[in-house]
Amino acid sequence: MGRITLDKVTKAFGEVEVIPPLDLTIEDGEFVVFVGPSGCGKSTLLRLIAGLEDVTGGQIRIDGKDATAVPPAKRGLAMVFQSYALYPHMSVRKNIAFPLRMAGLDKAEQDRRVKNAADVLNLTDYLDRRPGQLSGGQRQRVAIGRAIVREPAAFLFDEPLSNLDAALRVGMRLEISELHERLKTTMIYVTHDQVEAMTMADKIVVLRAGHIEQVGSPLELYREPRNLFVAGFIGSPRMNLIDGEEARKRDAATIGVRPEHITPSPDTGTWKGRVGVAEHLGSDTFFHVHIDGRSEPVTVRAGGEVAMHHGDTIYLTPDEERIHRFDGKGLRIA
Amino acid sequence: MARAVTTRRKIVTTVVAWAVGLLIFFPIYWTILTSFKTEAQAVANPPLFFGFDFTLENYAIVQERSDYMRYLWNSVIIAGGSTILGILIAVPAAWSMAFVPSKRTKDILLWMLSTKMLPAVGVLYPISLLFVQFDLLDTRGGLIVVLMLINLPIIVWMLYTYFREIPGEILEAARMDGAGLRAEILYVLTPMAIPGIASTILLNVILAWNEAFWTLNLTAVNAAPLTAFIASYSSPEGLFYAKLSAASTMAIAPILVMGWFSQKQLVRGLTFGAVK
Repeated sequence: MGRITLDKVTKAFGEVEVIPPLDLTIEDGEFVVFVGPSGCGKSTLLRLIAGLEDVTGGQIRIDGKDATAVPPAKRGLAMVFQSYALYPHMSVRKNIAFPLRMAGLDKAEQDRRVKNAADVLNLTDYLDRRPGQLSGGQRQRVAIGRAIVREPAAFLFDEPLSNLDAALRVGMRLEISELHERLKTTMIYVTHDQVEAMTMADKIVVLRAGHIEQVGSPLELYREPRNLFVAGFIGSPRMNLIDGEEARKRDAATIGVRPEHITPSPDTGTWKGRVGVAEHLGSDTFFHVHIDGRSEPVTVRAGGEVAMHHGDTIYLTPDEERIHRFDGKGLRIA
Repeated sequence: MARAVTTRRKIVTTVVAWAVGLLIFFPIYWTILTSFKTEAQAVANPPLFFGFDFTLENYAIVQERSDYMRYLWNSVIIAGGSTILGILIAVPAAWSMAFVPSKRTKDILLWMLSTKMLPAVGVLYPISLLFVQFDLLDTRGGLIVVLMLINLPIIVWMLYTYFREIPGEILEAARMDGAGLRAEILYVLTPMAIPGIASTILLNVILAWNEAFWTLNLTAVNAAPLTAFIASYSSPEGLFYAKLSAASTMAIAPILVMGWFSQKQLVRGLTFGAVK
């Protein structure tokens, strides 16, 4: 079981309040991603749940029991750190067995569980090596192995993939998702990368300056961002936010159109502009279009092999059904 | 970018290094040399480097007059005991300063160090009174406690510096893995800090071994270590340079041998963290 409830949790470092009163419930078995720009308090929130930081106010409950004053060692949670935080003086085997040793399991049971974890994570050949002799991806696997052996109530991941290169990151992302499918254990995952959030989460928590901006499934956030911040943060490339005349025409202070919801054409459309930078990715092409009278370019997603280049005249037609409208305070207009 | 090192430069550096090394080593060398001379040759002018009558007589007389082994044993117990006790107290202290610092941690560290700037003789009277009060005069236990206290600031400082180099996340990982404070320090922090702890121990043993002020003032017979053994030969009865040298050589020999074998460890420990 791993249902985690935060009840009016606050955290202040001295005078600075990094987490204003915050309520959040994480259901058993859920994969929850905390996402937000750096300094938004997502790591602090995770560390509060872990018990590595003390809350300033409020209550944290794990499976209904008050865990606010319980030390991290006794919360039954496992954590994977960005720096892996392996024990450099221990072999991989001992690293993975460490939580079991702390729990006082007998040697045979320790060996059995370490072997299982090593099988799952392809670490069997590396059990007698030291962390220093492993690659970044292998080290991350050891860190995950150390987390899974003790069958925790929930896994906490603190930007676990940030230190890996791009290709490895995609691979590990899939592995973590598969792990969640298999274990069905609650996972809380912190990242600043919205692609990781979108691809892995059951539920995304978007944070800004310690506030929860929106909680929802990836597609809910994509389809109905509650405000301008979420609209700009979720989705890649980011949503075009347009104010002024075009917004007023649609009874809004700002309108948002995603690059994939604009149809480009060489000869006809709603907005006329000029192609600035064209990014050809093969599968897609992103045009950064300069529209007359607007300083910021509009990003448009087109098919893979569109023959338009820098300087060409281009016409854009937004999908009116999918235009997001926001009021003067930046809130969504239903 | 690597600087080109010319042969000339290498020769100059080597010669200078040897010169400095020999200069530092000369007193020890001279002591050892003198210990093999007769008393007459020991005070000869000009001093004799070669061609003296090599003799072991001084060592024989020194051993006959006083029981070297007893002094040695006292030195071992006092230096070892004060070091072990110091480490046991300093590891948790340095842990808290390095990993859960408070606003005043820096001040405490400086204050601790400031006690080292106090002339020892300034507290001779209060400490002597305490020793008398608690019946600790001329006991090894009393000396162990005093030497531990004298060197504690240095031990805490050194350990603090090493601990600061250890990433806090690893200790947090241990906490998440179910380790309590004791397990965290015992199984994770200490093994990772072994090089630092080892050089701290070495340095502290050397300091305690050579400590003369307190050992001379607070001991007489039973707890007297090698420093007292040497001192007993600088007597007002007359000049016995050769015997004094023999006693000194015997007193410094164990620590010299230990230092020789652990020099790599010691240098590495002392510069630990200086270069990332």
